[in-house]
Amino acid sequence: MADLTTKIAGLTMKNPVMTASGTFGYGIEFADFVNLEDIGGIIVKGTTLNPREGNDYPRMVETASGMLNCVGLQNKGVDYFCTNIYPEIKDIKTNMIVNVSGSSLEDYAECAARINELENIPAIELNISCPNVKQGGMAFGVTAEGAEAVVKAVREVYKKTLIVKLSPNVTSIADIAKAVEGAGADSVSLINTLMGMAIDIEKRKPVLSIATGGMSGPAVKPVAVRCVWQVAKAVNIPVIGLGGIMNAHDAIEFLLAGASAIEIGTANFVDPAVTVKVANGISDWLDQHGCSSVAEIVGQLECA
Amino acid sequence: MKKYVKDLTVAEVEYPHDLYVLLKLTDSEPLPETFPGQFVEIKVEGSPQTFLRRPISINYVDREKNQLWLLIKKVGEGTHKLAELKAGCKLNLVFPLGNGFSPVQKQGERVLLVGGGVGVAPLLDYGKYLKENGAAPCFLLGARSKSDLLEMEQFCALAPVFVTTEDGSEGEKGFVTQHTLLNHEKFDRISVCGPKPMMVSVAKYAKATSTPCEVSLENMMACGLGACLCCVEKTVKGNVCVCKEGPVFDINDLTWNL
Repeated sequence: MADLTTKIAGLTMKNPVMTASGTFGYGIEFADFVNLEDIGGIIVKGTTLNPREGNDYPRMVETASGMLNCVGLQNKGVDYFCTNIYPEIKDIKTNMIVNVSGSSLEDYAECAARINELENIPAIELNISCPNVKQGGMAFGVTAEGAEAVVKAVREVYKKTLIVKLSPNVTSIADIAKAVEGAGADSVSLINTLMGMAIDIEKRKPVLSIATGGMSGPAVKPVAVRCVWQVAKAVNIPVIGLGGIMNAHDAIEFLLAGASAIEIGTANFVDPAVTVKVANGISDWLDQHGCSSVAEIVGQLECA
Repeated sequence: MKKYVKDLTVAEVEYPHDLYVLLKLTDSEPLPETFPGQFVEIKVEGSPQTFLRRPISINYVDREKNQLWLLIKKVGEGTHKLAELKAGCKLNLVFPLGNGFSPVQKQGERVLLVGGGVGVAPLLDYGKYLKENGAAPCFLLGARSKSDLLEMEQFCALAPVFVTTEDGSEGEKGFVTQHTLLNHEKFDRISVCGPKPMMVSVAKYAKATSTPCEVSLENMMACGLGACLCCVEKTVKGNVCVCKEGPVFDINDLTWNL
């Protein structure tokens, strides 16, 4: 059987399958469907320094082969996370990773510093790409300068594995990735959702409460694969690929494009047991193709 | 309550009305424990426009026949596809989801179950539970017209049924809140499922008469598990997921203008 062990900087995972933030709760919501310890890494819901109520309903609309959401980082804040949620998840024997977001450099840094103190959280994923909040979020992730500034601020206080989640809503995602690498990130994950919109033609109004939302699901996969391919060529740090992965075939596309690991997001809503199926599917594919490890196929795309 | 992702088999299909289909599902092993008011999320095959699962409330559970009933209104492409299923087809469900209606509070309590449209579906299962557990349920069902009343035979077999139709073709003419029953009867509590304007007007009646009242909401959902935070309803505790904290809410916990 092929070796699925995956390394992302200081993080060692039993397989390359992770869950995308905001699609898997805190993991425990899915414990009836999958053995959480069979997932390489679980990235929990976006956490901010202060509690956030998120945007008004409606926050979601189904689209062709995907969906739009504008949840807006609803969460109870980092204090609540540390006191009430961390004790519930700290003994799950996999990499429990917290997605960190903010609306100012200070917020990001303070939130990251608090998570740094939690022994069983080996990494954070810095969200500089949320399209659904008015301040911060994607604002930091759409310019190389903004991305660099926030990663520098967090790097000073955060000592463990720092993953930075990138937005596809930019002219050159590779340039942002290089800036983030230069500022001290250990890894980049991409893509966050693509900004989109849906309209109720009878009401002549946007369907979503804040008009626009982030698009996810299999419809965005080709964009995501392209972004991963461009970024993997541009940086030396490991790349984590996500965007519309529904099965092992999709995951292997990302690995070949240069991703060292993958995240599964929207697919969790369709099949709550999909993560483990993808991990098993990758293993089967590697065996069938005579590969001894997952690392062996990362970036092994043959281009003319 | 443990949740499952399972393939169930369509045992019987009934078409009670042009716009509705009743799927009776079964399994080779005993169906999992469920509670009235909970729902399932169905994966719709063969419909490219239907990416997400469809949340459908549990209509009835027949333990003797090991059947779970889903009464489905044909609204979009997904539900139309479900209406094409035949006996023997497999259907993938994630269930049971949500919290359901309140358990019996005291023996002999008089519970009014108010339903409208496809919202009557979970009240059948709840009525049966209440009756079997020592409460006294009573149904008040509203529809546009006589032909839109669903599962009347099953409702009538369980408890007294009062009806309003908008055109007066059955029962009293008007909306459920105009039924004369409400002028002379007092209930210990009320449970409602139906279109939002109907639920709001029943909630207003309940508040005016100081009758405890719960309503079952159907906000647009994605995961059904409390993970994606898409189906939120504003409550006195802030935004909460209808799929996980609901779908049934005490009207005092909501921020409706009553």
